[in-house]
Amino acid sequence: MTVHTKGSGTTWVGRSIRRLEDPALVTGRGRFTADMPATHWVRFVRSSVAAGTIENITAPERAGIVTAKDLAKLKPIRPMLSKFNYVAVGQPILADGVVRFTGESIAAVYAPSKDQAEDIADQVEVEISEGAPLIDAMDALAEGAPLVHADTKHNVIVEGRIATPGFEDVWKTAHKVLHVEARSHRQNATPMETRAGHAAYDGSTGRVTLTCTTQMPHLTRTAVCDILGIPESDLRVVAPDVGGGFGQKMSLAPEYVLLVWLARKLRSSVAWTEDRRENLIASFHSRDQHVQLEGAFDKSGKLLALRGDIVANIGAYSCFPTTCGVEPLMALAELPGPYDVRAYDCRSRGVMTNTCPMAPYRGVSRPVITFVLERLMDKAAAAFGIEPTELRRRNLIDKFPYTSATGLVFDDGSYKETMEMAIKAIDLDAFRKRQKIARDAGRYLGIGFATFSERTGYGSPAFAARGMEITPGFETVYLTIDPSGFVEARIGSSPHGQGLRTSLAQIIADEIGIDPEFIKVVHGDTDRSPYGWGTFASRSLVLSGGASLLAAQKIRAKLLKMASHFLEAAPEDITLQSGSAHVIGTDRSVTIASMARAAYHQTHIFKGEIEPGLTETGTYDPSGTFSNACHVAIVEVDIETGRVEMEKFLVVEDAGLIINPMIADGQVHGGVAQGIGNALLEEIIYDETGNILTSTLADFLPPTTHEIPEIELHHVETLTGNSITKAKGLGEGGAIGAPAAVISAINDALSPFGISIDEMPATPQRIRAALRSSGKLPSNGKLA
Amino acid sequence: MSDKTDITLIINGQSHAIRVESRRTLADAIREDCGQTGTHIGCEHGVCGACTVLVNGEPVRACLMFAQQADGKQIRTVEGLANGDEMHPMQRAFMENHGLQCGFCTPGFLMLAVGVLEREPDISDRDLVDVLSSNLCRCTGYQNIIKAVRAAAVEMRQS
Repeated sequence: MTVHTKGSGTTWVGRSIRRLEDPALVTGRGRFTADMPATHWVRFVRSSVAAGTIENITAPERAGIVTAKDLAKLKPIRPMLSKFNYVAVGQPILADGVVRFTGESIAAVYAPSKDQAEDIADQVEVEISEGAPLIDAMDALAEGAPLVHADTKHNVIVEGRIATPGFEDVWKTAHKVLHVEARSHRQNATPMETRAGHAAYDGSTGRVTLTCTTQMPHLTRTAVCDILGIPESDLRVVAPDVGGGFGQKMSLAPEYVLLVWLARKLRSSVAWTEDRRENLIASFHSRDQHVQLEGAFDKSGKLLALRGDIVANIGAYSCFPTTCGVEPLMALAELPGPYDVRAYDCRSRGVMTNTCPMAPYRGVSRPVITFVLERLMDKAAAAFGIEPTELRRRNLIDKFPYTSATGLVFDDGSYKETMEMAIKAIDLDAFRKRQKIARDAGRYLGIGFATFSERTGYGSPAFAARGMEITPGFETVYLTIDPSGFVEARIGSSPHGQGLRTSLAQIIADEIGIDPEFIKVVHGDTDRSPYGWGTFASRSLVLSGGASLLAAQKIRAKLLKMASHFLEAAPEDITLQSGSAHVIGTDRSVTIASMARAAYHQTHIFKGEIEPGLTETGTYDPSGTFSNACHVAIVEVDIETGRVEMEKFLVVEDAGLIINPMIADGQVHGGVAQGIGNALLEEIIYDETGNILTSTLADFLPPTTHEIPEIELHHVETLTGNSITKAKGLGEGGAIGAPAAVISAINDALSPFGISIDEMPATPQRIRAALRSSGKLPSNGKLA
Repeated sequence: MSDKTDITLIINGQSHAIRVESRRTLADAIREDCGQTGTHIGCEHGVCGACTVLVNGEPVRACLMFAQQADGKQIRTVEGLANGDEMHPMQRAFMENHGLQCGFCTPGFLMLAVGVLEREPDISDRDLVDVLSSNLCRCTGYQNIIKAVRAAAVEMRQS
């Protein structure tokens, strides 16, 4: 057996061990919410119109139905920000007189089976007096536009501005000014498992257990209890296996509140499984933004100043707990990206419309702003007549810590190094030659680079800067070696595919000398895990990893003290490895399992010098850290059809110390694939009446194996002082950089046409429209 | 819609005598009437492939087949892949190559890949990628699914 000792060079950290999560999932023994039987099944009756007043609701006789009038005592969902001119709006659990988007729940029916509930729902008649819907944020901004919420003064409900002093003076010195007007269309995170909830009432205790597809079990408990006005001790929230979330499952689903209310009313179990159409039209949407960006450059191509205006369409309500500020405020703070620019003036607004509410989706705004900023850099490179990478070389930050114009502090990173490695690995010079030969033959190849930062692992100070009433941040881990000698780590994070159980077990294993297979990580159950914030924002490895390390260090210290007693040696002469404590240089050892037994059952032998039990708590709340990466896409565009063929994708990323390379690579792969889908395919399309035209997976198109090319990965490991494990987060980076790289590559391919594709997704229709507008399409194989 | 028919679903060699409405999909019958919840439902319109099972050896989308159409046929689901404690080479390959993250689409991919490789053991790498485009995964970017299926194909050919 290999001996693994902390610091010996054979640590568990850094190794691609198999995931502890997998055996159940590959054998069909995973337990997902929709797998649970229930006494009653719920079906929601949803609005078929985007705006209007409910005149009447008629249900079949004896149907089990809930409408807003039954829920009069419930509070609305009303998350708060104390800054940025935020206007709080409330979302009722079921539409209360007014409908504000297509798909909004108007009633809930329940029946003994799903099929029966669907049949009854089909027979519920809802009369709505239709109003004029606002679909596009620009229309909602217009003077005299109707109000989505009558109790607000206008449709802008969050607005931030950052302007550095003396901005105009810097702007005046510009040698060149470049401008981008970009549009990111609406997308849906589309986890393969739709949302689902199951609420079961326990008659003996009066408690309800809500099992649901959440990324934030504790916040779900807090929110549901606040809305119902019940103690949190009366609700247990369980996130079992969750089939992907990507942010969509971190916001509170009003449906869950209804389920808990109904389970209490019926004193029974009730369940709901969202169908794909509901997911696409009525769960949460993202990335619907208009961005104007201007950059002022000096003679050498150095970026002097950035001026931006961001309009985020946040839909009809504000999501809990982040609020709808999450997109516009993220964009405002992070728009300058990884570039050194000292002058910044940007306004960012969140605008209500009669569309499905916006919520975080992998990358939150950064896929959009990275795409826009990189368009600006590419345009500037063209204006200066240099390679896009050369322009970036002149502007990337390279001295750390770096404090940005918006006040963000970047810790050590490798912005330039990763780009230089990417240029070399992709062989840019060779590509340019190949591109020229192909062009001469009438084929359009292009290459696109995206360099970006990914802010990860931020604790409460970062969220506090946004003025959130609910300020996420810390994570806590309860680490126990029980009398059996097995280890249990109970965590507040709530992973749902990230392999965190395995990664945390590796971190803990190195510290306490017990192999990962004996370490169980428990999460997703408010009865078992400490209050925590769940899994989102590339945070869990940094925060729960840090908390795990802190708890494990305390356990280690205690084990060494106990071993010192048993082995009659000084703690500093003892090492913990492979389940035993050994006196270095001797054959004297004692098993950790026997010490664990003694810690509970033989405490008298320590004569009061060591406290009974073997449980320690670690809590970690850091300021945050920045990962970084360079993405490169190579594409070929068919100018006759507008089709984009992805030839290759390359990533050089730096997320600090990699705990499990296999898992880290998997996160990057998945993010890149979503980014490619975002760049080329995925779009929620509303017609002018507010009806969604993309309500199936045959219309809203996640990529398949055909659209995702081979993804080549390289790693740089910059060790940061901002994370005690030295690990940075990397869950979102793939999705942040890929859209920018792909769209940049498309534009590079089409540069002979003098057009600029500044829309996401860059669909064949948009590419063809731009090509037609160029007037340069070949009529006989040659450019006009 | 209350007319029900008696049918028998033979799932992983075990007979399940059930009464179903004619509209009952095979996916719902497997999960709810036979309690085999390893088969997942992702879209119910035949696009995502999460519900893929083998019916008489052929991969089918269980959400697009009525339970009655599978009456008396041999159905294989993810629960039947392993032989006791010994996993199928495809299951092992998915674990060894990190071919899964959240695991929701995994049963569908496993059944699709096993069905295709049993029918066509010497399928080319290119055709394999083509076949795997039948199903959707949102976590892995497909890199490691393709790697896993190729690895399992080698092992299945050798055994």
